[in-house]
Amino acid sequence: MYKIIEKIALNDDVDLFVIEAPLVAKNTLAGNFVIVRVDKDGERIPLTIVENTDTSITVISQKVGFSTKMLSKKNIGEYIEDVVGPLGVPAEIKNVKKVIAVAGGVGAAPIYPQIKAYYKKGTEVDLIIGASNKQHLILLDKFQEVCKNIYITTDDGSIGEKGFVTKVLQKKLEENTYDLSIAIGPVIMMKNVVEINKKFNLKTFVSLNPIMIDGTGMCGNCRVTIHNKTYFACVDGPDFDSDGIDFNELIQRQKYYHEEEHECNLRLGEKDD
Amino acid sequence: MINRVRMPELDPNIRNKSFDEVALGFSIEQVKIEASRCLNCVNPRCVKACPVNIDIPKFIQQILSDNFKDAYCTIYQDNILPSVCGRVCPQEKQCEGACVLGIKTESVAIGSLERFIGDYCLENCFYKDEKIENNNKAVAIVGSGPAGLACAAQIRRYGYQTDVYEALHEFGGVLKYGIPEFRLPKNIVDSEIDRLKKLGVNFYKNVIIGKTLTLDQLIKEYKYDSVFIGSGAGLPSSLGIKGENLNGVYYANEFLTRVNLMKANSFPSYATPVKIKDIVAVVGGGNVAMDAARTAKRLGAKKVYIIYRRDINSLPARLEEIHHAIEEGIEFKLLLNPVEIIGHNYEINKIKCQVMELGEKDQTGRQKPIPTNSFVDIDVDNLIIAIGQSPNPIIKKSTPELLCDNWGRIIVNDYQTSIPGVFAGGDIVTGAATVILAMGAGKSAAIHINKFLRNA
Repeated sequence: MYKIIEKIALNDDVDLFVIEAPLVAKNTLAGNFVIVRVDKDGERIPLTIVENTDTSITVISQKVGFSTKMLSKKNIGEYIEDVVGPLGVPAEIKNVKKVIAVAGGVGAAPIYPQIKAYYKKGTEVDLIIGASNKQHLILLDKFQEVCKNIYITTDDGSIGEKGFVTKVLQKKLEENTYDLSIAIGPVIMMKNVVEINKKFNLKTFVSLNPIMIDGTGMCGNCRVTIHNKTYFACVDGPDFDSDGIDFNELIQRQKYYHEEEHECNLRLGEKDD
Repeated sequence: MINRVRMPELDPNIRNKSFDEVALGFSIEQVKIEASRCLNCVNPRCVKACPVNIDIPKFIQQILSDNFKDAYCTIYQDNILPSVCGRVCPQEKQCEGACVLGIKTESVAIGSLERFIGDYCLENCFYKDEKIENNNKAVAIVGSGPAGLACAAQIRRYGYQTDVYEALHEFGGVLKYGIPEFRLPKNIVDSEIDRLKKLGVNFYKNVIIGKTLTLDQLIKEYKYDSVFIGSGAGLPSSLGIKGENLNGVYYANEFLTRVNLMKANSFPSYATPVKIKDIVAVVGGGNVAMDAARTAKRLGAKKVYIIYRRDINSLPARLEEIHHAIEEGIEFKLLLNPVEIIGHNYEINKIKCQVMELGEKDQTGRQKPIPTNSFVDIDVDNLIIAIGQSPNPIIKKSTPELLCDNWGRIIVNDYQTSIPGVFAGGDIVTGAATVILAMGAGKSAAIHINKFLRNA
């Protein structure tokens, strides 16, 4: 059992949890994730470790499915059944001068530890961060500490530029040169970012989030196709060079259990979003 | 001569819709009759054929004299999981295969007797009270599957502090995630593991050695005097053909983990789903393939095929599993090898198979399947790939100095790896094998660990 020592509602849909997990925290590096099982009858779901101390880890979770909704019902002082990690290959923080980072929605959570690691290495990072509206922009204060420039976009224009991150990205790439791009967010966003970056010969690293179970390479649920070869996101990733990733396949694989998700939501007495 | 007693089973048409255990076990009367068939050979071939050398004639004689608890102690000395092994060992290739009676009639049902004794003592809460003298050394066991459990029991008996680290949220390894409830009830696994806790073995879940803690940290920071790696063959083999990542295609590991460990058969009471539609094909001919096929049937599939590239006599699965699968309506499509998985909108709807014929015998003594020029298409909604597993690479990746062969199997010499004091056994050393072989390796490794620590 793993105790929740802090919980902050970042907005109506997204919560930040600090969880006591000294063994997980011990070997955690930027890019690692944990698998969490909220209750005894729960699913195993992956969440990126946003930050860690010697004894605790911070995760950010958006209420998208049954299990993340169950997690959001947990409060400070309560316990999470299982937390295992740190999993995945830590992000490779490269020796570059200028990075353009693109975060979409709750993708801001997994991109933060990487930007922080680049910042600590002396790399200049510009961030384009997008969300549906002002309320859904997360971690802005933290990004301000580690980014040179921050460009905000929202779907409704409630803050920053109205529209998608790709619009701003195109503009920034026309104005500046960067050595590398990292993009984390919805798969469709990552796919579009990669296409724009390609036009500017800019390499993009992305973090993939397919459905996982064990997280140790045992089940093979999280397979992704890159240049016609199969990789397991849990042990080979979750960060990958975007070149050759079959994003369309990933989008479909993520959707495979949508009907079942709906059935689970009915259990919560909720309508499907 | 009395005929071999048949174990009662659930009716095939009832059980293929239920996850209740298929084989119901012997009654006391049946046990006594079956035990009386044993000739109590002077030179018992069954003992030699048992990977952990259980004194089989001795425990059978103890059954005959109504000393069930003594019979239990006899088995427990060499095998700490009698209820598990009585159910899942390939007895026809081991003890029962060697039984003299089998030459002229039918062998003694040794596995069923072992299962009875194990279950009898679990039901009556009898366990062997062992006096253990603690010493001041500690051994870490990586993995709580068959190899790890067998090693832990033996190591603890020598008096070492014994700490078992498990990556998943439940203990038992493949006994939990791999073997289905209808063949091995999970409460049996838990009860047998509880006995190790009574012996003083400590169990820690959610610790992945190679991630949460490295091998180096176990030795240097946690000061373990020795480590045993029994992390198993948890990496699914792929067919390496087009379409393998389409929706509806599962590796058996994923499919069985969803059902066995995560209890997707009870979705939505348990939150993990599994999606099995009308027509399911399982590729492979081993126990895992049989388990997957029978599980798919129980989840409501109308047609379930086993697709195998050799003939029915070459199936590597336990005989009982093949019989059970046939009885439950699993169809065998033999001498076929999938060459392409075809789908629409990223979801499988067909597999293309090449027709095979049997050629010369290979090293394993089986006839080699040879491709012909004909192909068949089979309409399917799901494909489950059950063609084997290779060793889990996590420890190797974080421990470059740990020598492995080209197949990722840890190289050992008398169970000791290339790192002094670090031992390994089970599927991580041999590649995917059986529960009892892994247990045999765990037990033997413990003997070598003890030797190593005594001389240290």
